Amino acid sequence: MLSLKENLVVDFSPSLLEKFGEIVARYPEGRQKSALLPILHEVQAVYGWLSVDMMDKVASYLSIKPIEVYEVATFYSMYFLQPQGKYTLEVCRTGPCCLVGAEKIMDHLEDKLGIKEGEISADGLFSWRGVECLAACGFGPVLQIGPEYTFYENLTPDSVDALIANLRTEAQAKD
Amino acid sequence: MAEEIQKFQVSIDGISVEVDAGTTILNAARQIGGDIVPPAMCYYSKLEGSGGKCRTCLVKVTKGSEKDPRPMPKLVASCRTTVMDGMEVQNITSPDVVDARKSVVEMLLINHPLDCPVCDQAGECKLQDLGYEHGSENTRYDFPRRTFERIDIGDKIQLHMNRCILCYRCVYVANQLTDTREHGILYRGDHAEISTYIENALDNDYIGNVIDVCPVGALTDKTFRFKNRVWFTKPVNAHRDCPSCSGKVTLWYKGADVLRVTARKDEYDEVEEFICNTCRFDKKETSDWTLEDPTKISQESVIASNHYTQFQPPAVIAENTPLKEANWEQLARTEKLK
Amino acid sequence: MGRKLLLTHIDVPGIQSYSVYKAQGGYRSVDKVLKSMSPDDVVEEVKKSGLRGRGGAGFPTGMKWSFLAKPEGVPRYLVCNADESEPGTFKDRYLMTHIPHALIEGMIVSSYALGAHTSFIYVRGEMMPQIRILEKAIAEAKAAGYLGKNILGSGYDLELYVQPGGGAYICGEETALLESLEGKRGNPRIKPPFPAIAGLYGCPTVVNNVESIAATVPIINDGGEEYAKIGIERSTGTKLISAGGNLAKPGVYEIELGLPVEEFIYSDEYCGGIANGKKLKAVVAGGSSVPILPANLITKTIKGDARLMTYESLADGGFQSGTMMGSGGFIAFDEDQCIVRNTWNFTRFYRHESCGQCSPCREGTGWMEKVLYNIEHGQGTMNDIDLLWDIQRKIEGNTICPLGDAAAWPVAAAIRHFRDEFEWHINHGQEAQSRNYGLAHYADPLEVVTES
Repeated sequence: MLSLKENLVVDFSPSLLEKFGEIVARYPEGRQKSALLPILHEVQAVYGWLSVDMMDKVASYLSIKPIEVYEVATFYSMYFLQPQGKYTLEVCRTGPCCLVGAEKIMDHLEDKLGIKEGEISADGLFSWRGVECLAACGFGPVLQIGPEYTFYENLTPDSVDALIANLRTEAQAKD
Repeated sequence: MAEEIQKFQVSIDGISVEVDAGTTILNAARQIGGDIVPPAMCYYSKLEGSGGKCRTCLVKVTKGSEKDPRPMPKLVASCRTTVMDGMEVQNITSPDVVDARKSVVEMLLINHPLDCPVCDQAGECKLQDLGYEHGSENTRYDFPRRTFERIDIGDKIQLHMNRCILCYRCVYVANQLTDTREHGILYRGDHAEISTYIENALDNDYIGNVIDVCPVGALTDKTFRFKNRVWFTKPVNAHRDCPSCSGKVTLWYKGADVLRVTARKDEYDEVEEFICNTCRFDKKETSDWTLEDPTKISQESVIASNHYTQFQPPAVIAENTPLKEANWEQLARTEKLK
Repeated sequence: MGRKLLLTHIDVPGIQSYSVYKAQGGYRSVDKVLKSMSPDDVVEEVKKSGLRGRGGAGFPTGMKWSFLAKPEGVPRYLVCNADESEPGTFKDRYLMTHIPHALIEGMIVSSYALGAHTSFIYVRGEMMPQIRILEKAIAEAKAAGYLGKNILGSGYDLELYVQPGGGAYICGEETALLESLEGKRGNPRIKPPFPAIAGLYGCPTVVNNVESIAATVPIINDGGEEYAKIGIERSTGTKLISAGGNLAKPGVYEIELGLPVEEFIYSDEYCGGIANGKKLKAVVAGGSSVPILPANLITKTIKGDARLMTYESLADGGFQSGTMMGSGGFIAFDEDQCIVRNTWNFTRFYRHESCGQCSPCREGTGWMEKVLYNIEHGQGTMNDIDLLWDIQRKIEGNTICPLGDAAAWPVAAAIRHFRDEFEWHINHGQEAQSRNYGLAHYADPLEVVTES
């Protein structure tokens, strides 16, 4: 059970609502619930995670009960129910990637960022976690970064360092 | 003219029965009755979509049908598999089924707290019965058991998730009997839980029925919590003129006090008619009710140990005047209770 | 060189785009079916081809199509299963990334064959880049008149949408996928009814893997009989194999079914042998769910025949000495790899991905993971091996969907073939933390078993 302490209250922007509309239009009349997963992705792409308020608003948009959204959001592994770092690095931790060094990459990330799996770095920029097979076993080790799930393949400690440096620069440039 | 319903012949553990097409193996077995009825922890005939999940009712289909006699390759959930004409099914006569059932019971128990001594469901718990009938004496699971916080969902119902076997019945009740469903299944795999996600009260006229459909002590009646052990209470059927439900209930007495009110249940422990929250939680005076007979309790149940039913004069008394006179008091009470 | 049917133009620059794809002969099959074939003709052609489902189960595609119920006035759906998540498998990602129009073209042909007017491609949510690629390809195809109303003046209408998943391996199971597409938790449905009768929104539905759908294109272009000439016995056509693990050249290869496993691993045309000059210890031939085989059983069957990349040959010997084609996720383990650790890793995966609906899978996968964790970390006992064997046996066949079997088989096979490595791990708990068991006898030639 979640406390409402960390509840980000939001108003969806007109452009986001327009996207919702486009998604709902794909399905037959009365089947708007089909839009739930894609809409949750859109919301998370904007806010970085899903708060109770956001889920309740999605429920009311789709004319379904809030519990139906909670059930789905907690079932699928991609939805974050707590705030994350600006960049969440998701490293594949499943067998084939481990054969080619995924575990070393995760150790390296932990050292490099100074945070454990699931934590957020002090500057709010990074969090990381191990995820299950990303279907890129021939190019392992791999990691992905949302919301567009950009892929980084054949990772080495050096390439991970370079990636982190780039992301820092990118974040500074945006500020 | 109504179309005649097709009849199928099916045999379960060698006992034949003719049932309507579309009947499940489990319900065909219930029509036969007795030991050959598979246990059902998640299936509930009154709840649409229920069943298939707990896997305790697995049976072996040794002959698919008269037309296609091939056996089914795997054990099937009898609650969700419909019979075909000429089908032959093995339940307790199949060592595979008995073995699989034992396995399922073990799986259901590895993370169960086994806190029966402090559980209000003890004595009427289906998992307890199942463990007694099919369980092992020892546990082979030496890891910490999964735990959850106990939560109150409203002021009348407590959710003790540690005991839950995820049968989904309470979710179906909320979906099918009430206007708004506030609770559901969250997360997945062995972290799945029944919850409201945010602390929401289940506040609905018929929501109390989740207590009755719960096969274990996961959802219990807070108004009865720790009041008494069920085997010390005496169930009596009663009714009242209720504006929202049938008003047909079972009152659970301790002495002159009504400790709890539940819906009436049939021999498979299923509610006969769902009752409203007012009848369940707010009417606990004998004066609220018109009493009927003592509730029928199976002799197998622990509740029967302290239970009076109608006095049945042994044949020897009925035929013998001196004995009749000696037992006049008992016989008079029987008449009164009729 | 083996024939290529799906990846023929993979190296053509710009093949991602409609114009280049079209210039290479793309969308010919749509022209052909809409102008000269009835839907039933298309189904017949796919039946003739002998194409078997490329997602893992290997069920004949044409037969699956012919089971589709066609009640009057009820829409029918085709849903493409692009929820590729089986560890070891990454061919669909590859195909969608590089030749997205091959899938779109196949979707149009297949939808026409099934009489579907709205079709979905359910792509796992993590493949957001591929979702964008497919959306772009759909827009291009639509602009060229291959989607929408009255396609090529044939009177046939089709809308095609891409649906993202949310991160759940179980949604690769077709009924869980449909639940997910309806906006629900990915809980597999209890069958019957099968999707062919009541699938998406309760309507008749066919769910096919990406590669199966893409394969309909060459089948229509060249004819089913031509396709069936490739391969051996009931393994016809070409197959995409995802090669990963410790191979010199991992990647996606299109092979003609019937290729010897040995040639696939060691020839330069394919994987080029084991990386870094190491020796092969074991192979998982069809994705993490299929039984792992030691090196000495993967290149030769127990009867001493060369093992081939076909559904039949990989399964030769049953689970005692064979494995399965599965989804074609070919994972090679070199001599330095630890089978215990990998088995623990796979089991953790299945525990993480179990939907939690039915008790044997929900409880059993977690139990196995904990026991394997103990063994891997030097805390196991000899009883644990028998316990594991018993738990997997109790899961297998007793669950709602095949995830239970998929979790049980790798454990069973690891114990069956690598029991001494498990025992060594337990007896040398401390030592096993700093070094691995190594190749041991797992590559030694086996005594040929002949049927007496």
